[in-house]
Amino acid sequence: MNNDNGHMEISHTNGQALLQIKDLHVWYELKRFGFGHAGYVRAVDGITFDLAQGEAIACVGESGCGKSSLMKTILGLNIPTKGDVVFDDTSLSATKGEELRQYRSKIGYIQQDPFGALPPFMTIERILEEPLMINGVTDKEERRRRIAKILEEVKLTPINEVLPKYPHMLSGGQQQRVVIARAMVMNPKLLVADEPVSMLDASVRVEILRLLRKLQESHNLAVIYITHDLSTVRYFSEFIFVMYAGEVIEFARMEDLLDDPKHPYTHALLDASSDPNADNALVYREIPKGEPPSLVNPPPACRFHPRCPHFMPGLCDVKDPPNFEVSPRHLVNCWLYDPEVQATNLESISVNNAV
Amino acid sequence: MDQPNETVLRARNLRLYFQTRRGPVQAVDGVDFDLRKNEATVIIGESGCGKSSLAKAILRLLPRNAGTYDGEVWLHDQNIMLLNDESFRKEIRWRRISMVPQAAMNALNPVMRIGDQVSEPAIVHMNMTKEDATKSAVRMLEHVGVPIDFLHRYAFELSGGMRQRSALAMALVTLPDVVILDEPTSALDVLTQASIMNLMKRMKKELETSFILITHDIATSSELADNVAVMYAGQIVEVGDARRFFTKPLHPYSHALMASVPRLRETIEPEFITGQPPSLLNPPTGCRFKDRCPKRFDKCDEAPPMFIEEGDRQVRCWLYDDAIQMSRPEYQVVA
Repeated sequence: MNNDNGHMEISHTNGQALLQIKDLHVWYELKRFGFGHAGYVRAVDGITFDLAQGEAIACVGESGCGKSSLMKTILGLNIPTKGDVVFDDTSLSATKGEELRQYRSKIGYIQQDPFGALPPFMTIERILEEPLMINGVTDKEERRRRIAKILEEVKLTPINEVLPKYPHMLSGGQQQRVVIARAMVMNPKLLVADEPVSMLDASVRVEILRLLRKLQESHNLAVIYITHDLSTVRYFSEFIFVMYAGEVIEFARMEDLLDDPKHPYTHALLDASSDPNADNALVYREIPKGEPPSLVNPPPACRFHPRCPHFMPGLCDVKDPPNFEVSPRHLVNCWLYDPEVQATNLESISVNNAV
Repeated sequence: MDQPNETVLRARNLRLYFQTRRGPVQAVDGVDFDLRKNEATVIIGESGCGKSSLAKAILRLLPRNAGTYDGEVWLHDQNIMLLNDESFRKEIRWRRISMVPQAAMNALNPVMRIGDQVSEPAIVHMNMTKEDATKSAVRMLEHVGVPIDFLHRYAFELSGGMRQRSALAMALVTLPDVVILDEPTSALDVLTQASIMNLMKRMKKELETSFILITHDIATSSELADNVAVMYAGQIVEVGDARRFFTKPLHPYSHALMASVPRLRETIEPEFITGQPPSLLNPPTGCRFKDRCPKRFDKCDEAPPMFIEEGDRQVRCWLYDDAIQMSRPEYQVVA
């Protein structure tokens, strides 16, 4: 499952993929004084995965790990520096102009902050009408019919009361429903949800997650769910991958990753997330030292090694770790899971069992 | 049982209404709570329940449209509501009670260096000289884990976690009795969130400071809480110690709120609360939660008082009225 440069290749769809990310690199060029080359920000550095119709995958990572760049590239807003995105048999790197516009219309996007994502001077009707107008639905009646249908699905009723309202007249949960309706109004095959519930109150969060789940099932949608909050992932996706500093470091089925994480970074993420429990106040949590690295000069070899509690000098900072398949469909990008290392290094074995 | 710490802050029947064209908004409507030394009281509530207004009311940071503003706030044995604005500013604000505002990472002044910014409260409120203030700023920045060479940097050169730490240092530099934290970690990543929480646990132990933590995030609030107050529609509906609250909440709203939290380590399906919080312009008469409450009964049309349960827990719900529990055993709450 490894390609030649050690990046993780995640393929589980047996060629039936709706979306294929092939060794994707998204680098932003840094300019000095507005011109002159000063290096690259390697936001996405060699990511490969597939997604089949009707499947949900979660992408977890901290801010600055490249998940937004990945998402923007999938949406067709960024141009891949190297590698390619193939969606519905259209290759993004070979698409331009009118074709690119059509490519974009087949992917729905749910923004993080509903209030920021809705234009304050437009009525809900106008907001939902716009994508249809842009994509050539000229018949007013047809537009009305489609808007009414989607509002019914996101449960924003009574429709006639909602349509003439402005975004500020709705509650946070309702605003997010409008954002979802807008993403769904073109009947996309793929939905990219960027932290769809992080700005909402706890009491509404679950409602919105269930709505997304229902839409995914009824429309047989593929969904990419981007988040930094691991506790909501359990209710949403079949697969999950963890990103760190532009790379995928672990990929697994959702239950496998949450119940039996392998990579030290995934461990850290899980340990840092809390469930409501009074015992939390009594303990200090173990946090890896330091902060995520700059993507201009990422650390050599394993990018997590300067923060890793199980750092093995001479290995982790020298050789890029390949992916080890610890169990079927559970890939981890860490030397701790190299059978040779495990045989020679007793400590790593105890780590394996203990953490 | 240990002797409880002495009470630092006591709010009694605190009210803050805002004037609007459509009438008064009852953002804080008769709030009572206590804060003990070296402890943290968490105020949990949904957006729009008045929890940020409560912070403003305690610190008397009133917007121009503030209307009714009364009640008592006792800091040790002084009712600070009786002070005039000028002496409140000189003696209380930041000297004794300070605040880390919401989205503190974006609340720093973009054109001031971190060192100047953190020492400013000491100069303004403690009448320190520039040198002394810088010294105490350095000490406090060290305390919260900001490297000293950041002193000459600007806010945009710092990561979110470091900015949050600087904002915290700014609130602590005058060594106040009480620090109000308004959603201190909601904009941060999980790992940064956890390390800020670690930091605040340490601060609570090391400094003679008490915290009021205002948040909607129940899971993270449990990291710091000694006491929990649940706020709903401008009122506090439940107060009690954190341990018993997190194992067995009393008020039906607290139940619903706890059930709505997605769990990482358990597979319970979370439940959402139907309906929306009421408008604070015309809050419903009687119990304000009654329209969304699964346990509603005829008595709920009357405003419930605070009932005392298990000695020191308070809950604003008729289900805990002894007379009602006697007459209608089917309404006894089983957690």
